[in-house]
This record gives sequence, structure tokens and C-alpha cells, in this order.
Amino acid sequence: MNISMFDILGPVMIGPSSSHTAGAQRIGKAMYMISGKEEIAKVDFYLHGSFSHTLSGHGTDRALVAGLMGMDASDARIRNSLQIAKERGIEVSFQPEDLGDVHPNTVKVIATTKSGKTYSMIGSSVGGGEVEIVEINGTKAKSSGKFPTIIVTHIDRLGVISKISSILAHYEVNIVTMSNSREKKGSTATTMIETDHEIPLSVKEELEELDYIHQVVLVEKFA
Amino acid sequence: MYHNAKELLALIGDSGKSIADIVIENEMEISEISREAIMDELQRRYDIMYKACHDGLETAVISISGLTGGTGKQMWDFIKSGKGIQDLTTQKGIAYALSCSEVNASMGLIVAAPTAGACGILPGTLIAVAEKLQSSKEDILKALATAAGIGQLITKNATVSGAEGGCQAECGAAASMAAAAITQLCGGTPEQCFEAAAIAIKNIMGLVCDPVAGLVEMPCTKRNASGVGNAILSCDLAMAGITSHIPFDEVVDAMFRVGKALPSTLRETALGGIAVTPTGMALKEKIFGNGGCSGNCSSCGGCH
Repeated sequence: MNISMFDILGPVMIGPSSSHTAGAQRIGKAMYMISGKEEIAKVDFYLHGSFSHTLSGHGTDRALVAGLMGMDASDARIRNSLQIAKERGIEVSFQPEDLGDVHPNTVKVIATTKSGKTYSMIGSSVGGGEVEIVEINGTKAKSSGKFPTIIVTHIDRLGVISKISSILAHYEVNIVTMSNSREKKGSTATTMIETDHEIPLSVKEELEELDYIHQVVLVEKFA
Repeated sequence: MYHNAKELLALIGDSGKSIADIVIENEMEISEISREAIMDELQRRYDIMYKACHDGLETAVISISGLTGGTGKQMWDFIKSGKGIQDLTTQKGIAYALSCSEVNASMGLIVAAPTAGACGILPGTLIAVAEKLQSSKEDILKALATAAGIGQLITKNATVSGAEGGCQAECGAAASMAAAAITQLCGGTPEQCFEAAAIAIKNIMGLVCDPVAGLVEMPCTKRNASGVGNAILSCDLAMAGITSHIPFDEVVDAMFRVGKALPSTLRETALGGIAVTPTGMALKEKIFGNGGCSGNCSSCGGCH
């Protein structure tokens, strides 16, 4: 049996809904990780389908904002997260949006940090508190948040992926899953790697030194 | 390794072990943690369950929507009056489950078991029965492990998601887990635990998920109470030596197929059942009348 008994008797969470509350918190937490845990100045949530429908009734709004501030699913401050965000000077907005052919519980998040950097992502809450991040900074992704993840946007050139994996190996970071996609031959490609171990910042720094690399995003595990 | 009840029972063989023993051994292997760490974590989660089952007894806990609440206290007051018809254990189990469900709807801290919507059934049943039997801490935690084992098998071979299988998958799984847990606590054999678990699912086979306004409140709170009754009667049947006739694995498979056959309007979309009764629709209007529902999200279909 490969399902943990604590996934059955869990998560330990603030109610009322594993998909609309705990899942929403995880999506918020994903943005917290993607933006490198920086203080956020402004965030816009674009809510699709059932997420927009039961927004405040399930505390989805509070859970998203709580996650964005780094809170866990069991953090009692989730209830007051909108107030806490206000006190921290975070500008928050929610609006309904049709995001197209996505899971019914999906939200697009655009966040700007106090230092002026903007990040975007689209995440779906797929049931029982499990989530899937399907887009990061405009590029397709697929992350459940159960592993530390590195997302590299680069030019589709021979040997780039091998460089990435050898740098990871150098820092003794074991790869769990790896996926790669490109717009077309020789254009922008994205490599996404889930790992067993925390990915040191030096991996990002070394990669950013290389030719053909556009952007490196490290995402700590958030689920 | 086990993937179904048959394999789990084969692993037990004539070793004299319980379902809990096998589930704990499996957890030690897959999570690479000690037995002691597992029991500590079970204790931590049990404590959270226990608190949620009691916070709504003396004080009325109201949901964040403001639509429901206070039934745990009403039931608790009724128990004190001594006028109830059911035995005290069932009555208390029901009050605990109502409390836990209401704490969930108020954005309180709960343990999903297996889901948040059905979170009152297992702890409500287990706490009430453990009180009657004066069970030891170790036995209570092992009953929780057995419940987790039942939940693993249902998750693996069917679903515990209301959106996928209807309420039978959520409250059915929770009642099934609770039935097996208390059967073990009552001294039942592993076979009897599975009989109780199978009977509990059969009892609510086909139950739809039809939440008013899409909220985890109506009918969820009362279905948590009903799950306690289901678990206790299933346990009594199994302990009396009555069998399910249809084995647990086949019942789980049937539940999954029934869930797939349910139209989507009856699977957590709030587009069928009591959700679309005139009163259900009026309550939805009351909640979302002020812009909670934007009315322009084409994928939802829930607008009227």
C-alpha cells in the first residue's frame, strides 16, 4: 500500500473544505514559494469556476491569502488572514475570470513583491487538499508541491538539460521527475525538475551564469 | 504488500495480528519512520479530533456562512434531558460528530477523515464507543490505524471524493472506517472488521452529494450524525456474527461503479438533490445574492 495512513487521517486543517480551503491555502503557498518568500505588495486572484462561486462561503479567499503569507493549512490565523494582509500593507483583489479549459477549481495568481518583481501562476485544487500548479510565469508546468522543484526557462539548445542535471548532481540533489517542453525547435523551452532534496541557491546562481538560460525559479515544497 | 482486503487478510493469516498491526508496519516501511513516531502522530491527530468533537457541545458553533450551527449543543442538551430513544453511546457519538462537523464549517481546526466534509463520523463514533468500553489509549490509536487501513483500500480501489463518487464515497468511506475501528475495539476479528466495513458502505450505497449553495453544511452536518448510527449498527451486526455476504472488496468496487454512474448534478456541484429545492435555492440566494456569485463564469453552470 503506497498511500500513507496520514493522507487518509489528514490533512490536519482549518475547515470547511479540503478542496476549497486546504487546497486554496496550498495554491497561495505555492506563490509564496515561487516569489522566493519575499514580502508581497500587491496580489490579484482570478478565480475560475467553482472557486469563484463559493469564494467566501468556503473561506477560499482567506485560505489563498493565508498561503500567500506562508501560513500552513492548520494555521488558525487563516480565519483572519485578510485583516492580517491589510495590516501588512498587502493590496489584495479577487475577481471572477473564465480561464478556459481548466479544472473547475482553478485560480490564476499575479503577485508583485515589495521589491517590484512580478510573478504569475495558475493552480488547480484537484481534491482532498491536493493541488496541481499548471502554469508558472506564463510557462506550462506540472507540480504537486510534494517535492522541491526547479523550473528553468531556456533556449532549446543541445546540452542545456545535461548541464542542468550535472549541476544538480554536483550538489548531490537527486531527481525524482523531469519534464521538458518547447514552443518550437530552437525557441524557448522549459525544463521542470522535482527533486528529493532541497535545492541550494548556488544551483540557481550557477545556472543563471550559463548561456541560453532565461530564468531559473526554485520552488520549495509546499504540500 | 496489500492492495485490497483479501491481500491484507492473507498477510494477517494466523499470526494473530490485527488490521492495525499490518497498516502500521506498512507505514513504517513507506514513510521510513518508527512505530513510536507513528503512534505519536496518531495521538496528536486524535487530540485534535477530540477537541473538535467537544468544542460544539456546551457552546453553539456557527458556520462562517451564518446559515447553520448549534446542533451539537442542541443534541448535547437533549442527551442531558434523558429523553432520547437511542442508547447513550449512539447519542453521544452523534453529538460529537455534529460538534466536529460544525467546528469544520466554522473554519475551526479538524482532521480530514477521510475528507473535511465527513470529518465528524470517525472521531464521533470512536470517542463514544471508547468511552463505553473504557478502552486504553493504545487500543484507541490502533483503532484509528485500522480506520486508516480501510480508508487506504477505498482510496486505492475507488474514491473518497464527493465530486467523483457522491456522498457514498465520503460519508460512506468515513462510516466504513468507523465501523471497522469500533469492531476492532469491541474485540472483533479482522474478518469481522471487514464485514462491518462492507455493511456500512452497502447501507448508504448510492447516496448523492447535494450540498445547498455548495457549502459543507446542508446536508453534510446531519449526514455526519447519520454516519455514526450507520457505523454503530454495522459493528453490532458484525459482532453478532452476521456477514455482509458480498465481500468488502466487491462492495468497494460496486460503490465506485455506482459513483461513476451518478450524474454530475449529484456529485458535489450543488445542481441537484436538496440543493435545487425551492428552499435550497432561496438559501443560496441569501448567501450569494450580494455578489459572491459573479454570474459570468461559464464553466460553473451554477448560476440561476
